[in-house]
Amino acid sequence: MSTTKEDLFETTCGLEIHVELATASKMFCGCKVDFGGEPNTRTCPVCLGLPGSLPVANEKAVEYTMKIGLALNCKIAEYSLFHRKNYFYPDMPKDYQISQYDLPLCYAGHVDIAGDWGTTTVGITRVHLEEDTGKSIHVGGSGRIHDSAYSLEDFNRAGTPLVEIVSEPDIHSVAEARAFVSELRILLDSLGVSDVRMEEGSLRVDANISVRRRGETEYGTKVEVKNMNSVRSVGRALEYEELRQREAIEAGEQLVQETRHFDERTGTTSSGRTKEGSSDYRYFPEPDLVPFEPSAEWVDRVQSTLGETPTDRRARFATEYGLGAKDIEVLTATSATADWFETAAKAYGGDAKKVANWIMADLYGLLNEASIELTESKIAPDQLAGLVKLVDGKSISGKQAKSVLAEMFSSGKDADAVAKEKGLEQISDTGALEGIVDEVISEHAEAAAKVRAGNLGTIGFLVGQVMKKTRGQANPGLVNDLLRRKLT
Amino acid sequence: MDIDRATVDHVARLARLDLSDEERERMTTELGNILEHAAKIQALDLDEVEPTSHAIPIRNAMRPDEVRPSLTQKEALSGAPEVEDGRFKVPRILEDETP
Amino acid sequence: MTDLHWRSATELAGLLANGEVSAVEIAQALIERADEVDGQLHAYLHRTDERLLEDARASDERRASGQTRSRFDGVPTAHKDLFVTKGVPTTSGSRILEGWLPTYDGTLVKRSAQAGLPLQGKLNMDEFAMGSSTENSGYGPSRNPWNTKSVPGGSSGGSSALVAAGGTPWSWGTDTGGSVRQPASLCGLVGVKPTYGLVSRFGVVAFASSLDQPGPLTRTVTDAAAFLQIAGGHDPMDSTSIPQAVPDYLGSISGGIEGMRIGIVTEIEEAEGTQPGVKTRVGEAYRRLEKLGAELVEVSLPSFEFGISAYYLVAPAECSSNLARYDAVRYGLRVEGPDVVSMTSRTRDEGFGDEVKRRIMLGTYALSAGYYDAYYGKAQRVRTLTIRDLERVFTDVDLIATPTSPSTAFELGAKTADPLSMYLNDVFTVPVNLAGNAAISVPCGTSPDDELPVGLQLIAKALDETTMFRAAYAFEQDLGWAGSEEGRPSL
Repeated sequence: MSTTKEDLFETTCGLEIHVELATASKMFCGCKVDFGGEPNTRTCPVCLGLPGSLPVANEKAVEYTMKIGLALNCKIAEYSLFHRKNYFYPDMPKDYQISQYDLPLCYAGHVDIAGDWGTTTVGITRVHLEEDTGKSIHVGGSGRIHDSAYSLEDFNRAGTPLVEIVSEPDIHSVAEARAFVSELRILLDSLGVSDVRMEEGSLRVDANISVRRRGETEYGTKVEVKNMNSVRSVGRALEYEELRQREAIEAGEQLVQETRHFDERTGTTSSGRTKEGSSDYRYFPEPDLVPFEPSAEWVDRVQSTLGETPTDRRARFATEYGLGAKDIEVLTATSATADWFETAAKAYGGDAKKVANWIMADLYGLLNEASIELTESKIAPDQLAGLVKLVDGKSISGKQAKSVLAEMFSSGKDADAVAKEKGLEQISDTGALEGIVDEVISEHAEAAAKVRAGNLGTIGFLVGQVMKKTRGQANPGLVNDLLRRKLT
Repeated sequence: MDIDRATVDHVARLARLDLSDEERERMTTELGNILEHAAKIQALDLDEVEPTSHAIPIRNAMRPDEVRPSLTQKEALSGAPEVEDGRFKVPRILEDETP
Repeated sequence: MTDLHWRSATELAGLLANGEVSAVEIAQALIERADEVDGQLHAYLHRTDERLLEDARASDERRASGQTRSRFDGVPTAHKDLFVTKGVPTTSGSRILEGWLPTYDGTLVKRSAQAGLPLQGKLNMDEFAMGSSTENSGYGPSRNPWNTKSVPGGSSGGSSALVAAGGTPWSWGTDTGGSVRQPASLCGLVGVKPTYGLVSRFGVVAFASSLDQPGPLTRTVTDAAAFLQIAGGHDPMDSTSIPQAVPDYLGSISGGIEGMRIGIVTEIEEAEGTQPGVKTRVGEAYRRLEKLGAELVEVSLPSFEFGISAYYLVAPAECSSNLARYDAVRYGLRVEGPDVVSMTSRTRDEGFGDEVKRRIMLGTYALSAGYYDAYYGKAQRVRTLTIRDLERVFTDVDLIATPTSPSTAFELGAKTADPLSMYLNDVFTVPVNLAGNAAISVPCGTSPDDELPVGLQLIAKALDETTMFRAAYAFEQDLGWAGSEEGRPSL
């Protein structure tokens, strides 16, 4: 069914992604950038828009923006300006937003996204810097804007540096849209410029999407979808919107060029009913800020801080550690995860795939149960390496190691300490085992004779007897070796 | 340059000015007169001339990313016409104002 | 000591240094003077008498313990009411800011306090600095001490009225299109529009950000230079602040003008209907400059003709955006309404005066979709022409001399009915703001037509205040008008 639709229709989509930057202070003043806290406690004359206050640009925010631009293969503008975007809204202190218009800091870039369909290159139109608004709470009615009695404004978030990344309309499926957002999220995380906490609104996505019948030369009617706050909601919103537009076209209905808001609860988009002409933003150059003309040295300096791109890191994980696609996807989802894995792999020193297996097969189970991130777990990378070594050294069995890991996960203790506490440490001391092996041989002379006669299958029985005597603590491999040496 | 009443109404809405009828009529005439004077420069052919937004050639003015003390909540709210729960209170926001 | 209120700031500093007078005595003399004249002038919007005396006492203590903050420690001042002053009402002449008590001090207020200047209060002005007469103040007009039927000029008219009447030795105003120079001219004072970016705008309630520049109004050139020295120089809180220190203006102020080349622009004086009496006095001023050793050069500034048109698009456009923040949400007046749009729109209609609303409308229109290129964009290109014109002329001359205002002080109400005629007052001053250069207005006596003061404008290159002060000082000293009986209103 869906493949049929794919054959009939073509989707064209461009995305606009807003990212809050993780600077210490706000975009144009010294107030702290943070989440939560008492309302209106991180404001000052500048971010409250008091008369007479003036903005001064945060150098780090400018550099972060250039960093994002460079990582997206953009050109850095030789001359860039802030503009004022004028519109009234009670969460906007100056009733204009300092943003960028026709002279953004970065432009003309691209990024590759890969998936089942292969690799797609998505053009990046521009990367620009602006300031965030405050936050409104709607009181009364259902607590939503349309039927509330009044609203309350908190300006703690106002003035947080916000980067807008605008893609070209190079995205042709919902899967590509998801992959694009996901890839950007990984990239932004690896650059260390944003917390990319989507659920806290530090990454927000708007989309322009249109559908047309395949083979048509004119684009379909463009609809702007707003308010997508996670990779998942990007998928849900665009699936809904794609379907809605396809059905409208099939039914011969005329689509309207409009802004539609995505509703997380219902999974649907609805018309924003924006009034005609209200989007006359009267942009003009911000006279309170001076132009930017980044020098080549400055751009080079920022370029030199970029480090390894997620794409390069993924490639290296395949060649250096021999990891498969699924492992790489999970272990490079965030740069903190990838760093964690690499630290563990180095501490281990052996085949990194073993470390990867332990993370993927066992540790993630525990993490998912506890609903925490790898980097939040009590287990340090070198502790996991210690556990794998313990198994390698045959001090504990693989099965025992799983219970050791669970205990390490809850207590944060080292693997050998847990093994000792649990009395799990195998007897791997040849001297100590030799006496017990000799005892078993003399107690079970008949079985020993069978082995000597070449019936090696009977060794298992003798091993079992040694294990019984040591209450399971003997290293079975070692016991096996000893029996063979003595009897064959 | 002629300005009509509809233009004045549109601009007054953009500018959030609840002008009276009398004011709107007066504005229509006055703005027309002022723009007529401004028309002097409209006749100039300046396509080859770059616009100036900043008279003084300062570039790249920035501040280091350092946190400075904020106002207290009490100070922040001290000028507010109406406050509730540490926030500025406003009457309901009509949906069609959302940018 | 009698006539303390007529002493210049420099003289008062000398008296304080010699122990001939205390800061408290000066403060008291100025309070008495305010009581005497302000009923007629309405220069003040808010007097801070208690704070003035407190500041003065603190200054005297500092002096007694040898810890003065500057040479002028103890010499009081009053600011135009758009300089944001912590805990002191700051209205910018508007009803929309009535009752607002700022939670911070602007840079200029801070620097004045850091120099030890006791604060006398806040002075009247045209609402949001839009006007040339103070008739646009939301709190009633100020009057000219030379003739109380006449306006003191504007928008810094409270400042010019008070300084001219001996109510303070000096006051800070702001000049967006002539708002320091024109009131100085109309009240027989020295008024400076420094190079854009020389004095911080942090804590100056904005009118048109790319044009606004604070400047001093004083009775002598020396005081103006000294005041600029105190408040000028780089401020990291203002991105448009020029990142360098202020040079020592006073060190070279008496160097004379022998050999200076001064441009005069006959074409604009002829074109814009300058009053005969103004022409007479300014013509005499040119000859005096020549007599002092300067060479007069006829120069041409064709773009000046378009200055008013460009200015009355750029300034309203910027003001329409700067004044958007008065939305009844965070501070200032609120007129209730059923929803945010009606609340904000009603508040702004009631809180803003006619001129402010007119300029907001004009600016909103000039920036709106479809009109930007024809109006705002074009005006920005005229700015470039003005800059080029001045650059060209300044390759040949050191200064340009013009009248400051085409007329002397006009009577209250004479121009209120016709906004455009009021705008034409700024014809000589506006191009300087468009280009960012420095300029000064110095008195050149009173007009033979109406016995009201006439001002001479000297325009300098950007950041060449030193040359400007030197020429103005030479002229002032030779004329001998400032500080004489003749140079004081009889009020």
